[in-house]
Amino acid sequence: MTDGPIVLVDGVEKRFGAVRALSGVTLDLQAGECLGLVGHNGAGKSTLMNVLSGIMVPDAGRIVIGGADLTERYSAVSAMAQGVRCVFQELSLCPNLTVAENARISHPAISGIGWRRRARALIGGMLDQVFPGHGISTDDVVGDLSIAKRQMVEIARAFAVTDREARVVILDEPTSSLDGVSAEKLLAHVRRYVAAGGTCVLISHLLGEILNISDRIAVMRDGGVVALDSARAFDRKSLVAAMGSVAEGLQGPAAKATPKRADAPAVLTARPETKSETLALSAHKGEVVGLAGLSGQGQTELLVRVFRHAAGTEVRGDVALVAGDRQTDGIFPLWSIAENISIGSLRQFLNGILLDHGRAQAFAQDWRARIGIRTPDVNQPILSLSGGNQQKALFARALGSTAGIIVMDDPMRGVDVGTKQEVYAMIRDEAEKGRTFLWYTTEMDELRNCDHVYVFREGAIVADLPHAEMSEEKVLHASFRDDGVRVSA
Amino acid sequence: MSRAAILRQPWLWAWVGALAVWLATAAFTGGTGSGQVISAALTFGAFFVIVALGQMFVITLGPGNVDLSIPACMTLAGTVSMKIMDGAGAMIPVGLAVAVAVGLAVGVINYTLIRALRIPPIIATLSSSFIFQSAAIWYNRGLRVKPPEALGDFTTAKIAGMPFIAILVIGLAVAMHILLARTIYGRSVLAIGQNMRAAGLAGIRVERIRAITYIMCATLAGLCGYLLAAFSGGAALNMGEEYLLSSIAVVVIGGTSVAGGFANVPGLWGAALFLFLLVTMLNTFGAGAGVRLVLTGLIIIGVIVAASGGRHKREG
Repeated sequence: MTDGPIVLVDGVEKRFGAVRALSGVTLDLQAGECLGLVGHNGAGKSTLMNVLSGIMVPDAGRIVIGGADLTERYSAVSAMAQGVRCVFQELSLCPNLTVAENARISHPAISGIGWRRRARALIGGMLDQVFPGHGISTDDVVGDLSIAKRQMVEIARAFAVTDREARVVILDEPTSSLDGVSAEKLLAHVRRYVAAGGTCVLISHLLGEILNISDRIAVMRDGGVVALDSARAFDRKSLVAAMGSVAEGLQGPAAKATPKRADAPAVLTARPETKSETLALSAHKGEVVGLAGLSGQGQTELLVRVFRHAAGTEVRGDVALVAGDRQTDGIFPLWSIAENISIGSLRQFLNGILLDHGRAQAFAQDWRARIGIRTPDVNQPILSLSGGNQQKALFARALGSTAGIIVMDDPMRGVDVGTKQEVYAMIRDEAEKGRTFLWYTTEMDELRNCDHVYVFREGAIVADLPHAEMSEEKVLHASFRDDGVRVSA
Repeated sequence: MSRAAILRQPWLWAWVGALAVWLATAAFTGGTGSGQVISAALTFGAFFVIVALGQMFVITLGPGNVDLSIPACMTLAGTVSMKIMDGAGAMIPVGLAVAVAVGLAVGVINYTLIRALRIPPIIATLSSSFIFQSAAIWYNRGLRVKPPEALGDFTTAKIAGMPFIAILVIGLAVAMHILLARTIYGRSVLAIGQNMRAAGLAGIRVERIRAITYIMCATLAGLCGYLLAAFSGGAALNMGEEYLLSSIAVVVIGGTSVAGGFANVPGLWGAALFLFLLVTMLNTFGAGAGVRLVLTGLIIIGVIVAASGGRHKREG
């Protein structure tokens, strides 16, 4: 390889209407390095990666790959031809096709008789290499897979090599839908790939993994790169400072030590539907109850059953849900931000039998301000927002409703550090006022906000930890079976 | 509204099309009979709009939702109500109630097939329509029973040159517009059409809304069958025939999204007038049956392309 950068973006600008997503970004990628990219929601990370992978055409600036200026004819096709691969935050697999068929789509070199067998070998081999013990069959239909498994397939597909090498692999929030063990496997693979001369861009809100894995780190803020240096030059604190986060003290206001169980009435009890032995979950008024464990161990199913007041649950009062998989469970894509927020609270805007649009509008405005959705106008389409801001709109929908119980399905996927702290504070505040939260999360830090934590494993609840007894070690211990088979190296 | 905002209205193209074919007809005839053409278009358009209102809500529920039993439901409601009234003026309200009840029953049966037996709506409503059609044949042995005279007069009455039935249906359309835009039910239908799972998780009672929608659609079809039978001098077994495709065409030309989640009422009237005026225009030009059908198809495609072009720009 030559000494020059493998990819250079120079002064790239991009606007969406009134929103300036990128304001003159200059960034170089060297062969054999992992570049960490951090920044708030709406800082422009995803937009920059869309430009890099040829999906969006920049309004100004140059894209130089391998020394050749490709700005004029850069597209998704030429990006693929140059070996630039992207794993998107919004998964881009076709849900009606199998894993192998999806692999074929992005690897047109697999063709002719026997393509199915070669596609299976390609994607299966890569999955085994990146996520050993993944438990995915190459004949599984993607729509039937959990979001974590879909993410694994997408990642393996990007790393797979046919006639074109994968020179640059962009990972946009790859670990947010993975559990801790799978995330570690992925990060180990990234290091192997980089050591072999590949280039990787890692976007993440988990500062620990950025600091551990990256060779260099770029910090974005308001559509520009505000800091770019060797990873060793940063620590957690300086990264947060560079992002301009308001959050001081990353632990945030943890739950109070005094347990509420003693004097608050129980508002719900639920038992997972499983044949194996399980504890039951209960939540008392004003509590924040955490659902922990590896991803996809039955937490979401339980939340949905509580939401539906299904048989086997005892729920007192209305329930609102904050979706984590926002494309399939949350967003109404044809609607504006205001319409997406107000749909959960329509009864509040009734004037007789008719809806008062003025009140719904004011309600959405109010929540935009309270939860800090980055948009000049709530009448903009919901899809004009970045992923994290769409998530905020879903929070606003649930918190704005009159429901006394709120269930949250790993709702912080793709939400930045500063926003997280604001939402944690809001949840504590609402809990103080008597609302009850069920909170499924795969992030250990978030469990510290909970009064009580239930750990799930293989569809059952295997541990019941009050706040005082909760520790990372205990949660991890309960998350894995004692036989040690699934414990990572 | 600014010029750009008007150009983005989904109902615009149906009205532009209706106006264009009317002007073309008027130009050809030198203006003679243009008034009568409008009057006829309003009357026949009214029948189209009644069923299209129901079909619009059904289609807006999202992919796969469509009611193909509308013609059979119209025929059954028309036949049963005409026979029960048996030409007696005093029975007019009873006949209306019977027609509406037939529609309600048809809707309940359709939704039961869809929900309880998990049959896709297209298949469920298509197969049920054979049953309803056969029931109409069995019930009346194919005889045409005349409507009460007063009812027939009512459906052809005019106020200041305007067909009374058109005035009624314009009122109905206004009510349906309010139902779509200003009620929880309307918002729920739009949400379900965009993302059924998300709608359920946002607290919308999806199955209740779907049930209401299918039942409402069939009830409107029953009402339309009653009025149409009265208008055309009795219920005929093929009276609903052309309403199958035109109920869908009117919805789509009117700017409602076939993919669901996006609907509008003003476009229905525009599209209904357009369809009637289009056929009138081709008849006036003296086009043969074959040419007429080909041109009808091509022009409908043209209007849909123009309308969806406008919508894509809005979303882009």
